[in-house]
Amino acid sequence: MEASHVMRIYLDHNATTPVAPEAMSAVAEALRTTFGNAASVHVPGQQAKAVLEEARASVAALIGAEPAEVVFTSGGTEADNFAVRGVAEACEASGRRHLVASAIEHEAVLNTVKALGRRGWAVTLVAPDGSGVVSTGALAAVLRDDTALVSVMHANNETGVVQPIADLAALAHRAGAIFHTDAVQSVGKIPVDVGALGADLLSLSGHKFHGPKGVGALWIRKGTKLVPTMTGGRQERGRRAGTENVPGLVGLGVAARLAREKLPVEQARLAALRDRLERGVLAAVPGSAVNGAGAERVPNTTNLSFEGVEAESLLIALDLEGIAVSTGSACSSGTLEPSHVLRAMGLTPHRVQSALRFSLGAGTTEPEIARVLEVLPRLVARLRSLSGAVARAGERG
Amino acid sequence: MRVVVAMSGGVDSTVAAALLAEAGHDVVGLSMQLYDQREGEARFGSCCTLDDLHDARRAAVALGIPHYIVNFERPFEDAVVGDFVREYLAGRTPIPCTHCNSALKFSTLLERSAHLSADRLATGHYARVEYDEARGRYRLERGADAARDQSYFLFALTQAQLARASFPVGGMTKGAVREVARRRGLRVADKPDSHEICFVPDGDYAAFIDRRAPEARQVAGVVADTAGRVLGRHDGVHHFTVGQRKGLGVATGAPLYVLRLDAATQTVTVGPREALERATLTASRVNWIAGAPPASPLRVEAQIRHRHRAAPAAVAATGDARAEVRFDSPQTAITPGQAVVFYQGDVVVGGGWID
Repeated sequence: MEASHVMRIYLDHNATTPVAPEAMSAVAEALRTTFGNAASVHVPGQQAKAVLEEARASVAALIGAEPAEVVFTSGGTEADNFAVRGVAEACEASGRRHLVASAIEHEAVLNTVKALGRRGWAVTLVAPDGSGVVSTGALAAVLRDDTALVSVMHANNETGVVQPIADLAALAHRAGAIFHTDAVQSVGKIPVDVGALGADLLSLSGHKFHGPKGVGALWIRKGTKLVPTMTGGRQERGRRAGTENVPGLVGLGVAARLAREKLPVEQARLAALRDRLERGVLAAVPGSAVNGAGAERVPNTTNLSFEGVEAESLLIALDLEGIAVSTGSACSSGTLEPSHVLRAMGLTPHRVQSALRFSLGAGTTEPEIARVLEVLPRLVARLRSLSGAVARAGERG
Repeated sequence: MRVVVAMSGGVDSTVAAALLAEAGHDVVGLSMQLYDQREGEARFGSCCTLDDLHDARRAAVALGIPHYIVNFERPFEDAVVGDFVREYLAGRTPIPCTHCNSALKFSTLLERSAHLSADRLATGHYARVEYDEARGRYRLERGADAARDQSYFLFALTQAQLARASFPVGGMTKGAVREVARRRGLRVADKPDSHEICFVPDGDYAAFIDRRAPEARQVAGVVADTAGRVLGRHDGVHHFTVGQRKGLGVATGAPLYVLRLDAATQTVTVGPREALERATLTASRVNWIAGAPPASPLRVEAQIRHRHRAAPAAVAATGDARAEVRFDSPQTAITPGQAVVFYQGDVVVGGGWID
């Protein structure tokens, strides 16, 4: 049986976050009282519609958008699919058949453009530089007359590196392309303003900023043409069919309001904790290095490689000490695959295999960071002292 | 004591984990992902599928133990699948489960367990390991359930591996294991056993070899009798195994059996049943459980297949990890690539690979 005295330290907020208590009670309240279908004419329907629109206004406020531009979805993946497939289909008649995405996108974008690639679309993936930044130079080199869409994420989920979206979007627009940014990892962590970013489409996900899972949104700049991927009823102004998940979206609205209120303080607090963790690790663990160092990053994320250590073993050893972190991308069975993000940055196979991501959040405290700094160097030293497998791991491709 | 349990999602390893946890050990479950598990792209099927991994995880959560899935695709491919394909192409009939035990579970997985500061690696095998105080050695023995005994697949374990091994269900019958699971409300209590080789769930080994080794589709040869008379043609020796009677593609009066496979000439030699009987064999890559080969020939019962009743024989170590076995009476279908395992009663003395 698991020892109950283990202090659980959760440093995997880029995977998901615990739901804020205020959002939790708002969801429960909506489940109890607001059962109506927001499309119905009667009073229960009107009540559901009212709370839905309140949530929409709250999400719009978080990203500096008009509420009418916010389309609710089942989360970040659906928003990304809607953006990519919706633009591709809308552009089909125009002859623009070229899709561009960065090589470090989340699978939701990456596998969607690849799927379209198998159906005849030309697809180009733009590699980042060594610090994980997709440069305007790299994008300019691949834009074509027939580029329909450029999709570059705002902040990378693995490294936390923030991309120069305003510059990239301006470049894409000059080529006549539509610009989408997956902002799932930046919304709630740094100020996100759709006006300043200059994008046409922006994806966000509720559970990344202490909202419930299964709710998110695609922001669609007024006038941007895209074909709905979910067809059916006329919900969401005819852009996304299906009865709205009213209780979940109420939770999203509350989480968005809280994120907006707390962001200035949290941003600074998390940056200080993250920097403390990072400096502490670099000082205490020889042969450790930050991936994405030197680039602008969201304040809660650090990605560290530990020479001579297999990340999978270190992750498990940390979890057995009650410290939850992650590495690479989880696949269907919950095992680990070498990170496509770190590989695209040109890191050596060993550095990729030895990388762990620590992502902090609202519940992260000073004592937790201190505990990590106490445990981690010991575990790394132990894993390094175990011969054979570790040395061989370094040779694996 | 921290114990890692290799959890396959089946009832045996689940009960092993349950018993260890109830005994107060600090139990950590590990499951091996052996091949790409993406839906729709699964290359193989039966054991260790995504469903099994999910079963293992649900069981671990029910038992209140942490559980991790480790990616062993590459070592599995190198140590098990690659060898399986090469052996069939060489006209031999391999046992991938033994390689999986010695080269994966009690090698790579054992190393991982050490990374987690575990003192033991437990599996759901029906076999027993005992420490012989007097001789300062570990002893490997048959499982208590004769019908389920898996010691045949474990003969290649060394003293160092046995020192870290634990087989919590080895002293139980399968019925008792299922009963333990039922009493604890574990949902795998009535899960059917897996029988086939896990990466060839349909049992069609030749088709698997053809898929994995394009050169296997290019070969062809003849079926001949012991006098060299050609009786038919075939698409490669990997379609056959020694002792096989059906599917030879030849029609004669008396039933014919595969006697020999020669990969170099792609010849399948067939003959009557009596010709399958031999009283001697040689084995290589022999492992002696005690750690060193016996100085003089031993009287043993030698088992030449998983489903073979071990037969009285004399075995002599002949140097270079080789051995010669002489049975008291001839045995049917001694098959190159299979293991010969030497027992004295329930005790595994050693074993090797039939030449």
